[in-house]
Amino acid sequence: MTPAAIPKIDGDPIVHRGHLACPGCAATPAYRMALQVLGRRTIVAAPACCFAVIDGAFPHSASGVPFLHTAFEASPAYASGVRAALDVKGETDTNVLVWAGDGGTFDIGLQALSAAAERNENLLYVCYDNEAYMNTGIQRSSATPRGAWTTTTPAGHTKVEVKKDLGEIMAAHRIPYFATASISHPDDMMAKFEKARKLRGFRMIHYFSPCPTGWKADSRHMVELGRRAVESGLFPLYEIFDGERLVINHRPAWTPLREYVSLQGRFKHFRDEDVAAMEAEARAAWERLEHRARLNAGP
Amino acid sequence: MKTIEPGTEAPPTILTGNQAAAWGAFLSRVQVVSAYPITPQTTVIETLADLTARADWPNRFVNVESEHSAMAVCIGASYGGVRTFTATSSQGLALMHELLHWAAGGRLPVVLVDVNRAMAPGWSIWTDQQDSLSQRDTGWAQFYCSSVQDILDHVILAFRMAEEASVPVMVVEDAFVLSHTAEAVSLPAPAEVDRFLPPRRPAFSLDVEKPRAFGGLLGPDWYQEVRKDLHESLLRLGDAAPRIYGEWERLTGRSYAPVEAWGVEDADVVLLTSGAVSSTAREVVATLRARRKRVGLVQVRMFRPFPGERLREVLRGVPKVAVLDRNCSFGHHGIFHQELKSALYSMEAAERPRIYGYVLGLGGRDVGPRALQEVVRLTEVREAPEPETTWIGAVLPEGPEQEHEEGVR
Ligand SMILES: Cc1ncc(C[n+]2csc(CCOP(=O)(O)OP(=O)(O)O)c2C)c(N)n1
Ligand SMILES: [Mg+2]
Repeated sequence: MTPAAIPKIDGDPIVHRGHLACPGCAATPAYRMALQVLGRRTIVAAPACCFAVIDGAFPHSASGVPFLHTAFEASPAYASGVRAALDVKGETDTNVLVWAGDGGTFDIGLQALSAAAERNENLLYVCYDNEAYMNTGIQRSSATPRGAWTTTTPAGHTKVEVKKDLGEIMAAHRIPYFATASISHPDDMMAKFEKARKLRGFRMIHYFSPCPTGWKADSRHMVELGRRAVESGLFPLYEIFDGERLVINHRPAWTPLREYVSLQGRFKHFRDEDVAAMEAEARAAWERLEHRARLNAGP
Repeated sequence: MKTIEPGTEAPPTILTGNQAAAWGAFLSRVQVVSAYPITPQTTVIETLADLTARADWPNRFVNVESEHSAMAVCIGASYGGVRTFTATSSQGLALMHELLHWAAGGRLPVVLVDVNRAMAPGWSIWTDQQDSLSQRDTGWAQFYCSSVQDILDHVILAFRMAEEASVPVMVVEDAFVLSHTAEAVSLPAPAEVDRFLPPRRPAFSLDVEKPRAFGGLLGPDWYQEVRKDLHESLLRLGDAAPRIYGEWERLTGRSYAPVEAWGVEDADVVLLTSGAVSSTAREVVATLRARRKRVGLVQVRMFRPFPGERLREVLRGVPKVAVLDRNCSFGHHGIFHQELKSALYSMEAAERPRIYGYVLGLGGRDVGPRALQEVVRLTEVREAPEPETTWIGAVLPEGPEQEHEEGVR
């Protein structure tokens, strides 16, 4: 297994040590990298999710920037209010970053998210997607992959519904920028944070966030899991500009999905046909992406 | 579009309750407004959208997809240190419920106008107090208005009180009876309002120069202290209210008090009211007193913090108090009724009035002089209060048969 390097932070890190994430949490290095790109003139709004704990309990905070805890379902609306206040005060150059889990994004927060995207609020929204409600103990979300075990989709009743396509949902809102990112491709991710930083309007990054606790995986395998998800075609790396122009950033090597599945207890029950079905779904999704990318390229 | 300073154009002198609420927010130089339409609140935000569009100070009106997000925007902006306002009614206020706790717990001076409207089902757009009183324990101060002037003044007063005490304040007006009824009002001059209500100076805010976390995990070793502080701040707001009202009176000549009383000293029966019914009650009391009946009136304007001490003073030695509730805590009493009982319980038995509870006027049923006279009569003839709340005017006859048209769903 090739060890992947998470980039070292030069200078004074904005996110400090001593946060409360589980060992191996893939969301935390991404948070650190995002803030390093955005800089200290940033305000974070985060709903109920693991980061309500990770940032630290009162009177501690691991973030070297203001951190606003919000109601679970409302972080895009809170952030819109923060944006409005900053604009009214003339602080138009301060970034507002929403940092939310998949539950807060795909499920309970979808209404407020859709509205903030429709208003094209000048915000950067990062969804770290660990594919379940982890903070409350691994319950299914609409981002949980089909077939996965969670505490509310237990053995024998694993999830039957397909994962929502966040890229399609956000593209339909015609937002200036949408991109996917993985810890296994840190340069690509940093470049996307940088690109998002420079744009205005509603920008979103969908970050694939392996979770050792929730996925029943070894905490050493988080980067590897990211890599296998990308290289098997399960989590493609792409960008969508203005909801129209889709750019594929990386062509998967089409490594067998079995290699991805086998590192995780949540797929322990997977038989060959389950893996094959997942592979077929990933292929179909990839073809849709390619089709879209070709359309944008023009005749 | 032309920019105006409030008051530099000939200001309107006839306003509806809703327009007055909007003018109150405008004169307070509100910086971020976010709202979602619901009858009968709509004209508050329509008027305010129009006014703020012409304001000469930086401001934003955020058109959201729900009341829930409206309150969330106000919270975010208030954490950002600016003055924020919203308005809603019934279902909208109920939808905000979780966030009302977030605003109060965050110690944010958000001001909200609630146009009292009955809760569904069945759909009703008419007035009663069920919506606002259902939010009693969220940590918001609540003021119940009884005239259009009252509403205008109280929105400005609410910002002053909210920012002084770091608590959110709800200003409540009756649907239609106040919200859509035009009355002559006196608009304070902008310079006067500015003197009374200087720009907001937040004790804390989201500041990249001073990074802090807000609303994070609070263990059992801290939580209770923080809540006690909220409670005590509300109590202090109650203590400060007479002083702040006094300042307003010196500026405008208009006087208000958390509890207002007429003809209580010699009264056999005192009516206790809130909201627009208080105006009708004043007429009824005047009529009855002209007929040599010793009837008095107490209007409770400030509901949270509850003015218990003032009520004990005002009602000391009064034989009977009849409480009018345009609301019901189902399975118990009208809410003002139970609040008054709990506030007077500590009085010496000899000085403590007997308390009669009446529920009436739900879902916009008119509360006219006849209903109030009936309340006075029932209270006079009954030696002791009934153990249960008395419902006035709810006759439960054979209900009308609902007609279903064939083939229509
Ligand atoms: C209104 C509301 N409902 C439920 C909860 C409980 N809750 C807190 S976090 C959470 C799950 C969060 O899941 P996700 O957004 O995926 O973030 P993660 O925990 O995985 O980091 C839930 C259900 C809440 N705080 N508020
Ligand atoms: Mg999650």
